[in-house]
Amino acid sequence: MSNQTTINLEINGQAHTLAVEPRVTLLDALRDHLELTGTKKGCDQGQCGACTVHVDGERVLSCLTLAVQVEGRAVTTIEGLSDPGAELHPVQSAFLEHDAFQCGYCTPGQIMSAVSCIREGHAGSDDEIREYMSGNLCRCGAYPHIVEAVREAAKVMS
Amino acid sequence: MRDFSYLRAGSVDEALSAAAMPATMLLAGGTTLLDLAKCGVNAPERVVDITHLKGLDTIRVDAEGAFIGALAKMSRVAADPAILAGFPAVSEALWQAASAQIRNMATIGGNLLQRTRCAYFRDPASFPACNKRVPGSGCSAMEGVNRGHAVLGTSDACIATYPGDLAAALVAFDAVVHLGERKVPIDDFFLLPGTTPHKEHAMQPGEMITAITIPASAAARHSTYLKVRDRQSYEFAAASAAVGIEFETDHETIRDIRIGLGGVATKPWRARAVEDALRGRVLEPDTIKSASRLAVEGAIAHGGNHYKIELAPRVVERAILKSGALA
Repeated sequence: MSNQTTINLEINGQAHTLAVEPRVTLLDALRDHLELTGTKKGCDQGQCGACTVHVDGERVLSCLTLAVQVEGRAVTTIEGLSDPGAELHPVQSAFLEHDAFQCGYCTPGQIMSAVSCIREGHAGSDDEIREYMSGNLCRCGAYPHIVEAVREAAKVMS
Repeated sequence: MRDFSYLRAGSVDEALSAAAMPATMLLAGGTTLLDLAKCGVNAPERVVDITHLKGLDTIRVDAEGAFIGALAKMSRVAADPAILAGFPAVSEALWQAASAQIRNMATIGGNLLQRTRCAYFRDPASFPACNKRVPGSGCSAMEGVNRGHAVLGTSDACIATYPGDLAAALVAFDAVVHLGERKVPIDDFFLLPGTTPHKEHAMQPGEMITAITIPASAAARHSTYLKVRDRQSYEFAAASAAVGIEFETDHETIRDIRIGLGGVATKPWRARAVEDALRGRVLEPDTIKSASRLAVEGAIAHGGNHYKIELAPRVVERAILKSGALA
C-alpha cells in the first residue's frame, strides 16, 4: 500500500479525491472506491464492452484505462446519463420500450456505447448499428432488440 | 497485474529519458499495455504516461502525403476527410479494426506496436514455453492450435501472426516511422522472427514513435482494404489485403500496384511478387487470378492454418478487382 497516489477525478460532474495505486483501473476505481457499481466488470480485458464509460464525451473501456490517466478529464458513467428523478435518457427509454436486454448485465455498457454510436452519426442503418455496436457483447443474445432500441433512440435524438 | 510506479511525462524528452530506464514502458491508449499486464505478459516496473503530451496528435495531409502524429487516435484518423480522400485503405483498415471503444483509445503509434494474438504467447501461466516471451524456451503453437497463425515469414522459433490491420495498409504505401529525428521505412521497422522472435521492431530502448508519414500516390488514392475474418466485426483478420492501383492513360494497363497483406504473416507483408507480375499488364480476371497465387510463394503451414494458403490469394484477387474498379 506504499505506492498509493492521490488523484482528483471528475465523475458525472462531481469532483472526487481518492488514493489509489497507479495500477488501479478506472473501472475498479468507480466500483470499489466510489461505489458507482452501474459500470460492470465483464471480461476485464477489453473484449466485452460491459465497462464502457465516456471520457471527455467519447466511449472508452474503463477496464483498460488507468484511473490516474483520466485526471483532468470528464468521466460520465451510466449513473450520470440522466439526473436522479428526472426523465430517462432517450436511449435508456428505448432499451425499456424495446425490451433490449434479458439479464441486464451488459446493459449499462450497451447504453453508454449506444449513446456514442448515435452521437457519432453511426446509427444510420441496422448494418451500421451492428458494426458500430460490435464492441458490446450480449451473452443473452438480445441483439435484435438492441438494434431496434438504438435505431428508435437515434430518431428521438436527431 | 503487478503494481508499478507511474510518471506522467511533461515533454517528449522527459518521456524518452524515462523510457531508457530498465523495465519501463510508455503508456498511450493502454489497450495493449494493460491487457498484456493483466495476462501476465507485461510486468513493467515503471509506466510513463505520454497521453498528456501536447502536439503529438496532429493529422496533416498535403501534396507530399500524410503526417500522422503518434498520439492521434485510430477513430480520428479513420474519420479524417483528407485521409479518406488520399488514403482510403488506411481509413478502412482502421475502422475495420477492434471496436469503436478501442479505436477511441488506441493511438497510431501504439497500434503499430500491438503484440500478436497467439494464445500461447498471451497465457504464460498455462504455457511457459514461448520463444517470443522467453527466448529459447520453445513454441507451443507449432504442434498446437494454430488456426490463426502465420504462413509467411515464419521461422523454426515462431509462427505468431502480426495482428494489425493498419500496418498492412502502411506497408503497401511505403509509410515511414518517425522515431524523433530517425526515420525508418515501415518494411524495415518490423523484423522477421528468425531466431530472435522477441525482437519485433527496430526501435531501441529510449526511442519512441513520434509520427508516421505516408507519401501521396495515385495508387494510395485508389486503394481499398479487404478483411476476411471468422465474424464480420470486432475480429482479427484471417487474411486481409490493402491494394492500391494506378492505371496508364488507357485506363486498363497497370502502371503502379501496391499490395500489403495482414493476418497471414509474422510482420506486415508486402506482396512484391504479385505487384511485379501485374505491373505493365492489363487488368483482367485471369491475369489477376494467376498473379495472386504468388502472394503465398514460400508459404509454410502448420496444420490448422493451412487454409490461409488458399484464402490469402483469393482475398488478394478480390481486393485487386475492387481497387481496379476505383482507379
